[in-house]
Amino acid sequence: MLAQLPRALIAAVFAFVILAPIFGLKLVRQGMHSALQPHWNIVLWGCAAVFVVQLLHPWLARLFARVRLPSVPALDEEHHLWAWAAVVLLAVVWPFFGGRSAVDIATLALIYVMLGLGLNIVVGFAGLLDLGFVGFYAVGAYTYGLLYYWAGWSFWECLPLAGAMAALFGFLLGFPVLRLRGDYLAIVTLGFGEIIRLLLTNLTDWTGGPDGISGIPSPTLFGLEMTRRASSPEGQTFHEFFDMPFNPDHMVIYLYLLALALALVTLLVSNRLLRMPIGRAWEALREDEIACRSLGLNPTRIKLSAFTLGAMFAGFGGAFFAARQGLVNPESFTFIESALILSVVVLGGMGSQVGVILAAVALTVLPEVVREFAEYRMLAFGFVMVLMMVWRPQGLLPMKRPQVDL
Amino acid sequence: MTDFFPLFIQQLFNGLSLGAIYALIAIGYTMVYGIIGMINFAHGEIYMVGAYVGLVALTAIGTQSGLPIWLIIAAMLALSVTVTGVYGYTVERIAYRPLRSSPRLVALISAIGMSIFLQNWVGLGQGTRDMAVPSLISGAYTLQMGESFEITIAWSRLMIIGVVLVLMIALTLFIQHSRMGRASRACSQDLQMAELLGINTDRVISFTFVLGAVLAAVGGVLIAITVGKLNPFIGFIAGIKAFTAAVLGGIGSIPGAMLGGVLLGVAETLAAGYISSEYKDIVAFGLLVLILLFRPTGLLGKPEVEKV
Repeated sequence: MLAQLPRALIAAVFAFVILAPIFGLKLVRQGMHSALQPHWNIVLWGCAAVFVVQLLHPWLARLFARVRLPSVPALDEEHHLWAWAAVVLLAVVWPFFGGRSAVDIATLALIYVMLGLGLNIVVGFAGLLDLGFVGFYAVGAYTYGLLYYWAGWSFWECLPLAGAMAALFGFLLGFPVLRLRGDYLAIVTLGFGEIIRLLLTNLTDWTGGPDGISGIPSPTLFGLEMTRRASSPEGQTFHEFFDMPFNPDHMVIYLYLLALALALVTLLVSNRLLRMPIGRAWEALREDEIACRSLGLNPTRIKLSAFTLGAMFAGFGGAFFAARQGLVNPESFTFIESALILSVVVLGGMGSQVGVILAAVALTVLPEVVREFAEYRMLAFGFVMVLMMVWRPQGLLPMKRPQVDL
Repeated sequence: MTDFFPLFIQQLFNGLSLGAIYALIAIGYTMVYGIIGMINFAHGEIYMVGAYVGLVALTAIGTQSGLPIWLIIAAMLALSVTVTGVYGYTVERIAYRPLRSSPRLVALISAIGMSIFLQNWVGLGQGTRDMAVPSLISGAYTLQMGESFEITIAWSRLMIIGVVLVLMIALTLFIQHSRMGRASRACSQDLQMAELLGINTDRVISFTFVLGAVLAAVGGVLIAITVGKLNPFIGFIAGIKAFTAAVLGGIGSIPGAMLGGVLLGVAETLAAGYISSEYKDIVAFGLLVLILLFRPTGLLGKPEVEKV
């Protein structure tokens, strides 16, 4: 332990330098000027913590080496199906007994499941780091918003179109960029995502600029509106049709079930895709592009299919998001949102669908449960991303794939 | 059309000073990329931290202290450079060194995480609202151009160009002639070979991060004085733009980063002057996409050969 002493002392000094100007001396505004407010307690505690951790470093390392994380319990094919059926059944039934706000949060979580599964196709299966995923989400949301605003289209008319539109954007943007190498690709997609957002902000005449489009109607159920009164005289509402008293909870549960259905479709489609030749090609390409090329696979075509399909699911998610919020504005589609979806995929384990679903649920539900830590949310996200990469880059529930060691 | 030429000169001057800042940040990207081949996504955040530390130093000294202005600025720079140097070292040590042999994307995701972390770290410590920075150098030199138009050359912007010019010359001399500079050039040619020849590559890499952070901090302090306000989110956009500058000049090349920074700054202010200031960010992002698509090696970069 004594050998660690100099190291720990240096670390404590560094911690002081890092903490003091940001946490120790707070800038406060006093009229025209700003002043400094010292908070030395935090700094001293921080330094002490770093000192102790560094002092005990070898011992802690040995302790953590013994910790084993659980992996997904292996079920055989038949039980697998039953387990899924049970989970889906539970997911369908519980909102009828759960509280309204809980169902609302669950709906949000399902949007992230959808987005996470969509991005998982691009990042997890095909190994293309897409930092502009939120751009396609925005395209989907604005497709519904704009078509409603300018042409009065309904959600169900727009949903397929939103997916198609986002897929088209994915195809057009993917076409030139997919021959770029991994990290350049990431930056270019980031650039595209930001350009889409900036255009939505600045094309004020079409998109409403920074205020966006509001008053977007919620989805209907076979033409029945879920509102207190029908929007047109000949229209009928859900509660009139079934002769029930009006209850706003119906809408919340309906939106939840819709999100569940969309998420399940995403899961099913991506799951099947992975088992198709195209899915195998994605994974092969991710593992070794040069080997793939020499085996006669066309990398551009394969990457483009992953990119387009991922974008399509983002488009569906976007249209649903617009319908749920009732308004869209460019603020919802910043880079942070892309990073959030990416952290869902990274945390869950790239390529692992169960992992992505659990991570999406955890990352949306946890901040709601511990509200007092809401301001630490993004801090923790960033930290967890670094930690995961350093400590377990394959994710919490990594995907197991059949393999033969030669 | 009579105003065309004076406006052009005015925007050119503003673009030069902005580009000088981009160039300072871009050097950090390009040196790190040159040596370990990763995009240090958190670099823009280091610049932001530098600006905040500068403001803390300025507030501690106070604007009414009666000290000469150059001394105040020197003190701000000194403190900012020290703190961000430590930040640069620590970020590398925690988030990147354990990933040295990992795939590029793993390191990039770690860097993105670090970037989000640092943004919210400063947001938590110093608040997310805009902070006003008292202007130290006011006034400008006006140049009469023709009858109706004059060009204002703000002293603070002139100072930026001067400081950056001095730093660039110093950096070039340092890289060319010092022992550490030689070692870092060797590392950027072939990291493994340099290690076999007895160069302490870990130390060179740490040094690169510290040097990049120091230059970014200088940029942060200078821009905070000139623009007059800052918030924890200025690093993201500045970082992306500096990265664009680095790619434009050819990533891995230090003169390229200087050239790219100036070109980007000028392009951006000209776009703001002649098209609309709302589109200046689109110009920068569009330029980034176009360069990466059509000339990923940049203006002065060397083509990279993919090996099996």
